[in-house]
Amino acid sequence: MTDLTSLTLAEARDALKAKSFTAVELTDAYLAAMEKARVLNAYVTETPDKARDMARASDARIAAGKAGALEGLPLGIKDLYATKGVHTQACSHILDGFEPTYESTVSANLWADGAVMLGKLNMDEFAMGSSNETSHYGSVVNPWRRNGSDVNLVPGGSSGGSAAAVAARLCLGATATDTGGSIRQPAAFTGTTGIKPTYGRCSRWGLVAFASSLDQAGPIARDVRDTAILLKSMASVDPKDTTSVDLPVPDYEAAIGKSVKGFKIGIPKEYRLDGMPAEIDALWQKGIDILREAGAEIVDISLPHTKYALPAYYIVAPAEASSNLARYDGVRYGLRVPGSDIIDMYENTRAAGFGAEVKRRILIGTYVLSAGYYDAYYLRAQKVRTLIKRDFETVYAAGVDAILTPATPSAAFGIGEKADADPVEMYLNDVFTVTVNMAGLPGLAVPAGLSAEGLPLGLQLIGRPFDEETLFTLGSTIEKAVGTFTPKQWW
Amino acid sequence: MNMAVRTPDPKKLIKGATGDWEIIIGLEVHAQVSSNAKLFSGASAVFGAEPNMHVSLVDAAMPGMLPVINEECVAQAIRTGLGLKAEINLYSVFDRKNYFYPDLPQGYQISQYKQPIVGEGKVLLDMPEGVVEIGIERLHLEQDAGKSIHDQHPTMSFVDLNRSGVALMEIVSKPDLRSSEEVKAYLAKLRTILRYLGTCDGNMEEGSMRADINVSVRKPGDPLGTRCEIKNVNSMRFAAQAVEFEARRQIGIIEDGGKIDQETRLYDPGKGETRSMRSKEEAHDYRYFPDPDLLPLELDPAWVEGLKANLPELPDEKKARFVADYGITPYDAMVLTLERASADYYELVAKKRDGKAVANFMINELFGRLNKDGKGIEASPVTPDQLGAIVDLIGDGTISGKIAKDLFEIVYTEGGDPKKLVEERGLKQVTDTGAIEKAVDEVIAANPDKAEQAKAKPTLSGWFVGQVMKATGGKANPQAVNDLVKAKLGIE
Amino acid sequence: MSVDTATVRRVARLARIKVTDDEAERMTNELNSILGFVEQLDEVDISGVEPMTSVVSVKMRRRQDVVTDGEDAEGVTANAPVSEDNFFLVPKVVE
Repeated sequence: MTDLTSLTLAEARDALKAKSFTAVELTDAYLAAMEKARVLNAYVTETPDKARDMARASDARIAAGKAGALEGLPLGIKDLYATKGVHTQACSHILDGFEPTYESTVSANLWADGAVMLGKLNMDEFAMGSSNETSHYGSVVNPWRRNGSDVNLVPGGSSGGSAAAVAARLCLGATATDTGGSIRQPAAFTGTTGIKPTYGRCSRWGLVAFASSLDQAGPIARDVRDTAILLKSMASVDPKDTTSVDLPVPDYEAAIGKSVKGFKIGIPKEYRLDGMPAEIDALWQKGIDILREAGAEIVDISLPHTKYALPAYYIVAPAEASSNLARYDGVRYGLRVPGSDIIDMYENTRAAGFGAEVKRRILIGTYVLSAGYYDAYYLRAQKVRTLIKRDFETVYAAGVDAILTPATPSAAFGIGEKADADPVEMYLNDVFTVTVNMAGLPGLAVPAGLSAEGLPLGLQLIGRPFDEETLFTLGSTIEKAVGTFTPKQWW
Repeated sequence: MNMAVRTPDPKKLIKGATGDWEIIIGLEVHAQVSSNAKLFSGASAVFGAEPNMHVSLVDAAMPGMLPVINEECVAQAIRTGLGLKAEINLYSVFDRKNYFYPDLPQGYQISQYKQPIVGEGKVLLDMPEGVVEIGIERLHLEQDAGKSIHDQHPTMSFVDLNRSGVALMEIVSKPDLRSSEEVKAYLAKLRTILRYLGTCDGNMEEGSMRADINVSVRKPGDPLGTRCEIKNVNSMRFAAQAVEFEARRQIGIIEDGGKIDQETRLYDPGKGETRSMRSKEEAHDYRYFPDPDLLPLELDPAWVEGLKANLPELPDEKKARFVADYGITPYDAMVLTLERASADYYELVAKKRDGKAVANFMINELFGRLNKDGKGIEASPVTPDQLGAIVDLIGDGTISGKIAKDLFEIVYTEGGDPKKLVEERGLKQVTDTGAIEKAVDEVIAANPDKAEQAKAKPTLSGWFVGQVMKATGGKANPQAVNDLVKAKLGIE
Repeated sequence: MSVDTATVRRVARLARIKVTDDEAERMTNELNSILGFVEQLDEVDISGVEPMTSVVSVKMRRRQDVVTDGEDAEGVTANAPVSEDNFFLVPKVVE
């Protein structure tokens, strides 16, 4: 039998339906692969017993002809998602030992469609990071290495565990979340595909909150089709999240392979950064050429407030986070470090429970909201955000269907390489992705080639609100031209 | 602000060593919204459950939980706003007020800061000197906090989140009040309005209504003084006492050459004094910002109109109508309309009857008796029909006013049809002049000396009337007795 | 705008995070670097611009006034570091 883990999610789905193998066999293949790949540190908790139980139940449903859309397909779940009775800590020490009594809406949607949970995936603490180095459980190792090098690279972040696990075939697909680029940047760093849907497309209920107005759930998978299949199951309107939107969830898979003829693709000049590596520029051009050849119309556009997205983000996101993370106080769950009085207990608990990056953002957020600074920082940033959104609205109103940009300004870098750098340097990783969160738009990252050093590079497609279908159509067009990318197994 | 709107009333000023002082008072009343569920969760809002039983995952601020607003709480706030003749803001925003406290699980309270759901309105107070208008600054919706219990353990506090997330309306008055009497009247009136509307049960003992009272003093005509805020007062009497104490404390300090520190104080009813809350030594910095989990609250004008159309008649309108329709005094009308249930009771009885007679009987007999038992009108053993029957019996001369009191007591304690009771127990007024005449003759015959004196001193006839009434068991028609006594004694 | 170590300490206190002297020193530098970075927002002309309240333009949905939750004190306190009789316990709060 061929290695079952080499199949894509769509292939495995069809094979299960054809009864070529069982869900238990497929699950066992993944559990074995996970065991062998622990050096990558992609999973923080493996749930083999639960996985096999779910797989057995899937096999029974398949036998009974009652298979769901994801029946028997093993997935990894980012540790940010609440999973009932299973480790849920957002990879933070402060949630030490927390096992929720509830299941997030998105993961519940997946289980309702028959998917199998393999375990919880590593991530940057509270999704704050771009390299998966801020996790309480240690860095995730990117399965990709530079040509002829054995230096461990970061998988990107914050959904580093999700991206690494998908790239290394430790699951068929993974849930992830994206607040400033946390799906698209790690997808680009690992040669996988990821989509941040329109804000409101997926429920946030049961996702440990980072920045409420920016957080959005989405999948990372091996190719565009798998990503589309997963999003279809994840998306829903949820009465428990009033920011989730009551629109029908289309059959995203049907958008794969459709013609792009007549699509108008915008190329924003503001994304052409000074000092951007030539190969990123070349990759972008390659994407433009592919879409043009496929029949799309390419137009130059301007999104004048692009450069202000990242600074505005570093006010809005920390401000919301400083408030969202106030609940971690050692009273109702998680870590408690005793103190001489209640305030001392709070201060000790939060000092020990949060890592350096999280503390940094809480302090920034607390500062920008504090008396006398609100107008200068938070209010101004939210106004700039209005302008950023308006930039997009203007080009969409002019007939642009989607926007093509690079996903990241560079390929994956080495673990620890930026440890001593200024925090702002790390933040610049999200320079191409963060605008999309600020405007609430959908963004797809799709691999488009390899760097000179043999590392994957990705392109980003930005769509109109709730028009994820166009992104899947365009993404599959690029994918068809360049193929998919798999790292050599060294672990 | 309308600081100078009210001309200082000399009778309300406090005499100090250096002259007269005016008290300036503003109130922030926290009224618990009457609703089944909490403001942002599906847990019960009902008072008095076992610890943490009325708590949802949202109320306990579990990771990943999100607020979903309860439509009825919004409707209740709007009804209250309409009842306060206030502006309803069709666009309002929920903000987070950030601070750490063990009974505040989220680390922030969801409240409305810059854009509340209700704007300016007013409340009218019936004061002895006339109607006083108190301005309402705003009303906003917010979450209540949980409760910490400190006396269960030597080193630990116990936290119960049952109240966490219950909907509150914070009703902020303008600094328009000038005396402790007005504070009492304001709280009573507000309570009446809320209870009419059914938007808050007004139960101060259970904490459904709490007041933060801002007090400052000044010499009439001077600019406003520094204010102190007395937190969490949960009775009207304590509110009045706290204001009295606080005003005198501030006057004392200023007259001794000191100055008032703006601070938060607590009223200690045991000692009858306010004291500084020193434990809140740290300056607050609440870092308000719009709650990103909640979209702005946008109201459909038609929905608001619908709520308005279904509003009950409010106490001020009802009072005016009672005066007009039933010819009763404004004071009686005010007393009758204090509670919607009493007003409804009154109308049931007063319809097709003499409104004045019904008002008198209700206020003097029914309310007095209920008060004695500590009962509300809802628990009255005497129904409107029974009360109406008693009033009818007085009206048609079947019983005397005095017998009516006895009859009322019988109906109150034993129940029964007043008409039948009168028959069965022989309570009927004796109007048969023959019988009365006989009794008068007997009394005069038994007291010849007094009869003689009465001829010279006509006021003594009252004594004879009393004796006759006694002899007839109170059943004789007093007017008939009076006339006969005078005739027989030869008093003109 | 830039912050000094005293401000960082005050903010850390507001955020209830204990910081050592070294941390306060380091965080001062980091915060200043971030504040320096966001300073470029001052270039943007925001006159007449409304702040963003929500990225999606939908009306907020509301729940009906029905009790659908609660009655599970044990579940609520299941993850508590210290609890007793379904109360959460914290170091004594002095009023």
